Amino acid sequence: MTTSIAGPSTPAVARAVPPRSTGPVRRTRARYALTVLAFLLPSAIPLALFVLAPMIGAAWVSLLKWNLLAPPQFVGLANYVKLLHDPSTGQVFLHTLYYVVGYLPLVYVGGLALALALNTRLKGRNLLRGVYFLPVVTSWIVVALVWRWLLNPSTGVVNTVLAWFGIHGPGWWTDPNWAMPSIIIASAWKDLGFVMVILLAGLQNIDPDLLDAARVDGAGWWRRLFNVVLPLLSPSTFFVIVISLINGFQVFDQVYAMTGGGPGGASEVVVQQIYDLTFRYGQAGNASALSWMLFVVVLAVTVVQIIGQRRWVTYG
Amino acid sequence: MADATVSSPVRLRRDPTIERPPISRGTVAMVVLNVVIALGAIAMFFPFLWTIITSITPGAGLTSTPALIPDHPSLDAYLRLFAKRPFGRQILNSLGLAVATTVVQLFTSATAAYAFSRLAFRGRGVVFAVYLATMMIPLQLLIVPLFVELKNFGLLNTYLGALLPTFASAFGIFLLRQAVNQVPRELDEAATLDGAGHFRIFLQIVLPNIRPALATLTIFSFMSSWNSFLWPLVVLRLPELQTLPIALAGLQGQYTTQWDIVMAGSVVSVLPMLAIYLFAQKYVIQGVANSGIK
Repeated sequence: MTTSIAGPSTPAVARAVPPRSTGPVRRTRARYALTVLAFLLPSAIPLALFVLAPMIGAAWVSLLKWNLLAPPQFVGLANYVKLLHDPSTGQVFLHTLYYVVGYLPLVYVGGLALALALNTRLKGRNLLRGVYFLPVVTSWIVVALVWRWLLNPSTGVVNTVLAWFGIHGPGWWTDPNWAMPSIIIASAWKDLGFVMVILLAGLQNIDPDLLDAARVDGAGWWRRLFNVVLPLLSPSTFFVIVISLINGFQVFDQVYAMTGGGPGGASEVVVQQIYDLTFRYGQAGNASALSWMLFVVVLAVTVVQIIGQRRWVTYG
Repeated sequence: MADATVSSPVRLRRDPTIERPPISRGTVAMVVLNVVIALGAIAMFFPFLWTIITSITPGAGLTSTPALIPDHPSLDAYLRLFAKRPFGRQILNSLGLAVATTVVQLFTSATAAYAFSRLAFRGRGVVFAVYLATMMIPLQLLIVPLFVELKNFGLLNTYLGALLPTFASAFGIFLLRQAVNQVPRELDEAATLDGAGHFRIFLQIVLPNIRPALATLTIFSFMSSWNSFLWPLVVLRLPELQTLPIALAGLQGQYTTQWDIVMAGSVVSVLPMLAIYLFAQKYVIQGVANSGIK
């Protein structure tokens, strides 16, 4: 351990904020504040300048009627009112929710199974980890082509295999009812490696002695999974869920590449609507307003998770 | 990567001298696991295999089922790809930007993660929520305001302009915060008693103990920069400044597309990513074993 650092035994800098007072305590306080700033500013400055500032710019645009070319015109909340009365807004939010609800359990359980399997001492596990990561680095253009081919209703591999078992496979991406499940399956497949990498890193933090102790106590594989591994993995799980939901609500690339929102708008999602409003219809104000509606939804979902984590996430 | 020399990558072997795999109920379970992992690996490898095959098939189309063995395999597409003029330079641009992004993000993420995990300050929860909120607006929407801002700074057509918005990543900060939270606080307390301040605890206690997470972030930072398309496209307009994804997108013609070149470009773009991944993975696994947490 690297804790044998010799040094003057001055009172340690407290982790809590020192009480407000005058004299030397105030100096400690000022030094503490400087420490906080030193750790925080390297990230806070770029985020404030290059993400928050443009976000505020976009919020201003949501109050305008603007086609990106002609001078904008201030319209207040009219864009929001219009979107709330437009039935297609509810539709795209529902489709997005459908995607998130289908995608998250699939990718998490699959990624967890993969991480557990590849955390064993298999021969060639490094190579396997590389192979399972390949889809993560492959572009959606290629992945969508392959999955459209696999899920082709008449000639695709999936329906061919289903037919062997006497099952008449669905129309997948050509069928309005199956377009979203097709996108969900392809997305979960592509992102398995992402979840695997995060969970593999988390698994490295689990002390093997704890698993050995549980084994000595007679706990079987499932008992060890649910009573030892999953609780100790909960910080990584929490991370995967929060990130997957934030990204999931902004799903776009795979929809664009696999179905283009079709058939008949059956798989059209929020960000696609934002994209179309901006670049196809030149309605920058509407697009901004829709983005802010999406933002509020994602923020609410994330805040609920941050509050809820105290019940199930255990650190160190 | 000693395991990579095994002829079949999907063969599993139990070694009784080291830790048993979690499923130890018998050979049946192991066989099932082997088969499932092997089938999965084939399914995972398939799109990449398709990419490679298409790239060595002159005049390949994408409408039909891919032929697994091309009639006249040729590396011609790769030669034509590298003959395109600033292609080599564009690869170097991508590489430089990805390395710079990764180094800076590792620094800004680790320091912020330390602050959110180990420093108590008023409004910490709110500040963290604001950080997370920066991930919740689609990039497509930020492009126009960001472009105007960078133009005012005079940073269009500069590498710095392409880099600045990637200097801090809420994703990376969140990832590392989860890892720092798992470093036992007894370690800092012992160091504090020895007179170490926050900077020392950060460098000597926390950083060595979160190596798996740092390696993971290296993979994702590099990948996000390497694959990023929209922002470099907007800010870097000169061909010799442009990056690989933009060059690859330019290969898809308006009327006809030479898919063998597109797929060759795809292969070229995936390989460095895979190298970084395999390199960093070693540290994901080794990290904790060396760090004295046990």
